Amino acid sequence: MTQCPPQANLTGTEPAAATPVTACHPEGWLSMLRSAVVLFAIMTVLGGIIYPLVVTGIATLFFPWQAHGSLINRSGQHVLSGHQAVGSALIGQYFNKPWYFWPRPSATSPMPYNAAASGGSNTGPTNPALIANVKARIAALQAADPGSKQPVPVDLVTSSGSGLDPEESIAAAYYQIPRIARLRHIAPAKLKAMVNNHIVGRSLGVLGERTVNVLELNLALNRKYPY
Amino acid sequence: MTPNAWLQITLLMGTVLLLVRPVGAYMVHVYENQPVPRLGKILGPVERGIYRVCGISAHHQQNWKRYTLALLLFNLLGFMAVYLIQRWQGWLPLNPAEMPAVAPSSLAFNTAASFVTNTNWQNYAGESTMSYFTQMAALTVQNFLSAATGLTVLVALVRGLARKTTTELGSFWVDLTRSMLYILLPLSLVLAVVLVSQGVPQTLDKYITVHLVQPFHQANSTTTAPSAAITTQTIAVGPVASQEAIKELGTNGGGFFNANSAHPFENPTGLTNFLEEVAILLLPLAFCYTFGRMVGDTRQGWAVLTAMLVLLLALMIPCVMAEQAGNPLLAGYCNQRPTQLQTGGNMVGKEARFGPVNSAIFAGVATGTSTGAVNSMLDSFTPLGGLCPLWLIQLSEVAPGGVGSGLYGMLMFVLITVFIAGLMIGRTPEYLGKKIEAFEMKMASIAILVPPSLVLVGTAIACVTAAGLAGIANPGAHGFSEMLYAMTSQGNNNGSAFAGLNGNTTFYNVLGALLMLAARFWTIIPTMAIAGSLARKKIIPAGSGTLATNSPLFVFILIAIIVIVIALTFFPALTLGPIVEQLQMMAGHR
Repeated sequence: MTQCPPQANLTGTEPAAATPVTACHPEGWLSMLRSAVVLFAIMTVLGGIIYPLVVTGIATLFFPWQAHGSLINRSGQHVLSGHQAVGSALIGQYFNKPWYFWPRPSATSPMPYNAAASGGSNTGPTNPALIANVKARIAALQAADPGSKQPVPVDLVTSSGSGLDPEESIAAAYYQIPRIARLRHIAPAKLKAMVNNHIVGRSLGVLGERTVNVLELNLALNRKYPY
Repeated sequence: MTPNAWLQITLLMGTVLLLVRPVGAYMVHVYENQPVPRLGKILGPVERGIYRVCGISAHHQQNWKRYTLALLLFNLLGFMAVYLIQRWQGWLPLNPAEMPAVAPSSLAFNTAASFVTNTNWQNYAGESTMSYFTQMAALTVQNFLSAATGLTVLVALVRGLARKTTTELGSFWVDLTRSMLYILLPLSLVLAVVLVSQGVPQTLDKYITVHLVQPFHQANSTTTAPSAAITTQTIAVGPVASQEAIKELGTNGGGFFNANSAHPFENPTGLTNFLEEVAILLLPLAFCYTFGRMVGDTRQGWAVLTAMLVLLLALMIPCVMAEQAGNPLLAGYCNQRPTQLQTGGNMVGKEARFGPVNSAIFAGVATGTSTGAVNSMLDSFTPLGGLCPLWLIQLSEVAPGGVGSGLYGMLMFVLITVFIAGLMIGRTPEYLGKKIEAFEMKMASIAILVPPSLVLVGTAIACVTAAGLAGIANPGAHGFSEMLYAMTSQGNNNGSAFAGLNGNTTFYNVLGALLMLAARFWTIIPTMAIAGSLARKKIIPAGSGTLATNSPLFVFILIAIIVIVIALTFFPALTLGPIVEQLQMMAGHR
């Protein structure tokens, strides 16, 4: 590969368009094409094959549970295979029976909590459909627990961004305690203690928000107070 | 603003600012072609091997035309590769979900344009469209290469400012290789492993099927036939972490999954959310320091960085406030007040673990940079909350903008500012000792006027065609906002969306692809022309009458120029969309 000679004789005062830029020909068209094709192939192998495989290797070696989808079984224990699992600790499931904690609404299609087709409702803030949806969800919550007069926490009646939100606010879990306590014949205080045991704190104490993991809470509920 | 909101913003900005100097200084080694500390020992032989195979000299120099040609040729190859891999993925390996070829061809065309231009606009849902091979060898590769391309243009421009009386701007091949080997790949590797430790999957196994704890019948079925019981859940997994890391570091933003960083597998915890935000801001801001060092005055870099952050925070903070305030139309039905037990606020399209505060911060970070990732659905933001990310993109992605592209875009505004300030005080405009003359002004004007023109013309076309209006998902002013957002996002290479809009139509696929290609390359070419022109000039020593471009006064003028020249261009359009919707919402209209 030839190199350009240093170009010290340019004064830099004339307009750019007038300056000849063909002073040196370090590479012809063919050599440029060759460089581009070979470099592109190398970068594709490096970034598209080697790099993901190295990450996969490290992940499988050091974090096999996380790398395979954070699966849990009925006892809440970590498992690696879908056959033994009831779900993922990070992916919500749909619950609509009144003796379970309900998760946040999910707008995935064709069924809620479709973990193969994530997404939100994308209803705008002034869309009448949004207000109608919220009212219908409040009506469903009140129908399942006619005595309830508490205000409904907003996250319990609004669909999440992913449609797979594994968590809800502590307020949303507390709101459902009277209903579940009545149906499962448990003292509300015991149920509240159980919810408190399942609070997911902020990362490092500051990052993110405090929530409750609904699937793990329901699994614990089934183990301790079978319906 | 709640105390938590201030805390989260302060933590994020503090962490990023602490990293600017060390990372920026490290990048000086990379682009001054010096041996790179530590990594150079391991990767030096790899680097030299690559040059040998490609027939490149490590000391090779190109003039601006050669450099630009090499860049365009390389990106053309990337475009063809992404298109063909999508169309052939049915026959290619690593396709356990047995995805067929990406169709229609206009979708593959849009996606290829999108990933090559660092936009990552997605008219498809990743987990139901793309095979693992396509995600890795087509999309992840372009996440790397489009970011590296941005860095090469920037470093050529900075060399144009730093060098004198030469035509040599460095070598595109060398700059690209070093960007990959010494910056993007190592940082991504570290981030990907940390993400996995928090729960982001990284596997080539097929999607997982589990038996539900509580089977159910599908509610609200519109068909009269009895709906089948749903007893299983199929959980999409894949090589997510490797793609997620470069998606943020390269300010790309294209999600592995449809829900992007709102998906618990892309962004499972408060920590991953924080690290993703840091990763997004890291390179665009750190390069300001690199720039300062390369032109011999770090205060020049800090001045530009200050302008970027002021603009970012000026729109991020109102977004946080609007989202935390919630939606008055829902106030009568549910409780949106923040307490110890709930975040409250507008939770439509948001994840419980992030709440309105961290969703709005993420939206600001990802639209101020050209990332376009989302951890919440922007279409469901309050009108004012949605206006902030929209306007941040419309600033032409300079606050702080994408990897490379943000700073070279900002330097175009700096040249305009120097020129206007020069007119005001009656002196020949200079920047860093380089005279700014008619040629530079013409090119800079093209570079800054291309994106707004694309956005406004594109929106106008969408508004007056049946095909454009057919994509709208929400009624009223919000429908206009959806179209404006789509054109803004693609016309500035951002990639985020008001995702209700159905963009997977021939109309939106083709129009969007053309916008993305034009926005990327019609700004790169004039930028490179300026780099070539500046490199040829002498460096004039600063005199008593020279306008100081590292002073607070200059930062103020720069911000004012950006607001007057660009931000206000969009004010009429914003009035028709988010502003009128905000007024309707406050008045209680649905």
